[in-house]
Amino acid sequence: MELKSLFIISIGSIFINNFIFSRFLGICPYIGVSKQLDSAVGMGAAVTFVMTLASTVTWLIYNYLLAPIEANLFYKLFSLKQPPDLTFLKTIAFILVIASLVQFVEMVIQKTSPALYKSLGIYLPLITTNCAILGVSLLNINENYLFIESIVNGLSAGIGFTIALVLMAGIREKLELADIPKSMRGIPIAFIMAGLMAIAFLGFSGLKL
Amino acid sequence: MSAIKEFTKGIYKENPVFKQALGLCPVLAVSNSVENGLGMGLAATFVLVCSNIIISLIRKGVPPKIRIPVYIVVIATFVTMIDLSMAGFFPALHKSLGIFVPLIVVNCIILGRAEAYAGKNKVGLSFLDGLGMGIGFTFALMLLGVIRELLGNGSLFGVPMLGAHFEPVLIMILPPGAFLTIGFVLGFFNWLENRRQRN
Repeated sequence: MELKSLFIISIGSIFINNFIFSRFLGICPYIGVSKQLDSAVGMGAAVTFVMTLASTVTWLIYNYLLAPIEANLFYKLFSLKQPPDLTFLKTIAFILVIASLVQFVEMVIQKTSPALYKSLGIYLPLITTNCAILGVSLLNINENYLFIESIVNGLSAGIGFTIALVLMAGIREKLELADIPKSMRGIPIAFIMAGLMAIAFLGFSGLKL
Repeated sequence: MSAIKEFTKGIYKENPVFKQALGLCPVLAVSNSVENGLGMGLAATFVLVCSNIIISLIRKGVPPKIRIPVYIVVIATFVTMIDLSMAGFFPALHKSLGIFVPLIVVNCIILGRAEAYAGKNKVGLSFLDGLGMGIGFTFALMLLGVIRELLGNGSLFGVPMLGAHFEPVLIMILPPGAFLTIGFVLGFFNWLENRRQRN
């Protein structure tokens, strides 16, 4: 049962509700970093990693610090009369957590693995303002996912993003050679391609799980 | 004279969406109807104007090294305000915009203006800059909203416009329609720019 629901969540996030093609999250890096295959793979890996980590951390923050439930740490530590409802702080709390998390990940990678830092490093600062990261954290809360489900959702949303990014980079490398009207070159034709790919991904919405 | 320029540059000449290709996620996601586009545009304009004013006021007291976190906290505060007020006063609109209301925090236009303009300029000019950029963003959202709702649903603001014979092109209000529309609209603005340069 548990495993089945995890499987459904991951297929849902990778294909049916793909972050790029159906939820429109993370469009800026999608258009910005999809010019070359190598950098697309690097960016995809960095986003997937941070998304999984952010899902984990923000879920813990929300359920142990902000939500008005028995497990709230403020309620326990300060022996309040009732659990405090701090859910209105979630946007501010999440964005700060994500920003510091990205900074922290950057420092750890820089210290432990210079080779990895060289390939991922330049993408990490860009990730803070990537709406896909904050988006997946908020979606986990809105959907009332359990802890493991949130992690799986974060991981599969990242994989879905990477698939979209790598496919696009492959196509755009070929597009460089195509004879396109001058006004449509660059970003406009990339969006048209994304539209055609989104039509293909629309087919997954018929999938009954 | 230059104050007017600061205001009008955001609307067309440096339009954040069409000329700078910033803040595209909400543009694509909520432009499936004119009403959603207008709501999102006004919410973002409010945040943009307020955060520009506050950031311009505190710009001299903020150490440069931690300016980005400070800006983000200011922006997130206004986003929380608009999020809660929208949920209270316009629950239907709040529901159809979904997570894109809290996601105004990471809209690159707002942080971009804070970094590129409000952190360096006086309050009055920053206010005009924010207002102009906000109106430009709203204009972009509504233009896309008009195209998509008219073709995909045959209506504007939910009012049928094209008569009973019109067969709606459903794909336009589905996700792929957003990509196709923005692609062609950006191409059109490039074409205008190219033609202007040639003359």
